[in-house]
Amino acid sequence: MANFKLEIVTPDRKFFEEEVEMIVVRGQEGDLGILANHTPLVTPLDIGRIKIKQNGEFKQAAIAGGYIEVGKEKTTIISDSAEWPEEIDLARAKEAKRRAEERLDHASKSEVDLMRAEVALRKALNRINVADKHF
Amino acid sequence: MPQAMRDIKRRIRSVTSTKQITKAMELVSSAKLRKARGKLEKTRPYFNTIVRSIQEILASSAGIKHPFLENREVKKSAYIVVTADRGLAGGYNGNVIKLAEEYAKDKKEESVIVAIGQKGKDHFTRRGYEVAGEFLHISENPQYYDAASIGNLVVELYKEKQVDEVFLVYTHFKSAISFEATTLKLLPAESIKDDVEQKRTALIEYEPSPEEVLSYLIPKYVQSAIYGALIEASASEQGARRNAMKSATDNAEEMIDDLQLSYNRARQATITQEIAEIVGGAEALK
Repeated sequence: MANFKLEIVTPDRKFFEEEVEMIVVRGQEGDLGILANHTPLVTPLDIGRIKIKQNGEFKQAAIAGGYIEVGKEKTTIISDSAEWPEEIDLARAKEAKRRAEERLDHASKSEVDLMRAEVALRKALNRINVADKHF
Repeated sequence: MPQAMRDIKRRIRSVTSTKQITKAMELVSSAKLRKARGKLEKTRPYFNTIVRSIQEILASSAGIKHPFLENREVKKSAYIVVTADRGLAGGYNGNVIKLAEEYAKDKKEESVIVAIGQKGKDHFTRRGYEVAGEFLHISENPQYYDAASIGNLVVELYKEKQVDEVFLVYTHFKSAISFEATTLKLLPAESIKDDVEQKRTALIEYEPSPEEVLSYLIPKYVQSAIYGALIEASASEQGARRNAMKSATDNAEEMIDDLQLSYNRARQATITQEIAEIVGGAEALK
C-alpha cells in the first residue's frame, strides 16, 4: 500500500512526523479517511480522535480542534493540542469535565461563557474517551 | 589624605554592592533566557508550518472573496505592541516603542494600540493614544490562550470595522546578542501571500466551503502569529536584560579596579609622607 507523509504540529511541539498508510480524522462535517494521493483538501477539524494506520496497525491520539491540509507531498495537521492516550492525565480530564459541567449548570452566564464551558467539556470528554480505549 | 582614603573605600563598597545586584540579575536572566530559547525552538516549527500552509492556501485561492482578504480604505490602524513588564533591559522596550511610534505618531487619532506589557501600556496611555486592550504580566511566560484572546480582540475589532488594518510590532530574536524590532501586517491577510510565487495552480478542495475555511483559518493565523511574536519577544527580553546587566557588571568591575588603584596610591602617599615626617623629625633631633 502506498504511504504518505503525515505531520502533526501543536504550539508546544512537533507531535508526529512519519510515513503512514491511512489516517481517519474527525472533520466538522463528519469523519474523513485519507489515503495516499488524496486530492488537495483543507478543512477544519472537530475536537475528536485521530486514527493513524501504520504497518497495518492503528494508533490513536486525542486532538483538540485545528485543521488539516492535505497536500501533494504531505499532509499537515495543525492543532491546539494533541496527545497520545498514555500521555493523557485522566484525573485532570475528569476534573476539567466536572468543572465544565458545573459551569454549564449555572445557566445565568453569558453566551460566550456557555460556549467556552461547552468546548472545555467536549475536550475533557474526548480525552477521557481516548484514554479509556487505551486501557 | 586619610579623609580621601575613607571616601574611596566607601565608594568601592557601594560599587561592589551594585555589582552584586547586577550580577545576580544577569544570572537570573541567563537562566530565563535558556528557558525561553527552549520554548522558542519548540514553537518555531509550528509557526513556520502554519505560515507556509496558509500561504499555500491563499496562493491557490486567488478567486475567493473574503472580508479578511480585502483591502479596505484605511481610516484606522491597530498596532499590537509587544513590550516587557519591567525595565532594566537596555534598549529593549525603547526600540519597540520607537518603531511603533514611527508609524503611529503623525496620525494619533487614526491609531489604536493594543498594549502587551506594562511598559508599552504606560508609554501610550501617558501620551494620549487610544488603547483598545492591555495584556499585562504575560510577556515573561506567554501561553497560547493569551495569544488567542489577543487575536480574538483584534479580529473582532477588524470585523466590526473599528480598524481597517492590524500590525504586530515585536522584537525578533536573531541570536543571544542580537534582537531587532520588527513589524508584521496581520490583517488584511492579503499581504501574506505576496512572497509566494504564484505558479501553484493545484486546485484545493475546501470543506464545507472556501469562505468558511478561510473564516476559520485566518483568525487561527493571526493567533499563531501573535503567539510566535510573544515567544520571540520573551526570549529577546531576557537576552536584552542579560546583555544590559552584563555590561553593567563589567562597568562596575572596571570602576572598582580604578578606585582600587587610586586607593592604593593614596595609601602609598600617606605612608611616604609619614616616613618623610619621621625622618624629618629624627633629623631635627640630632
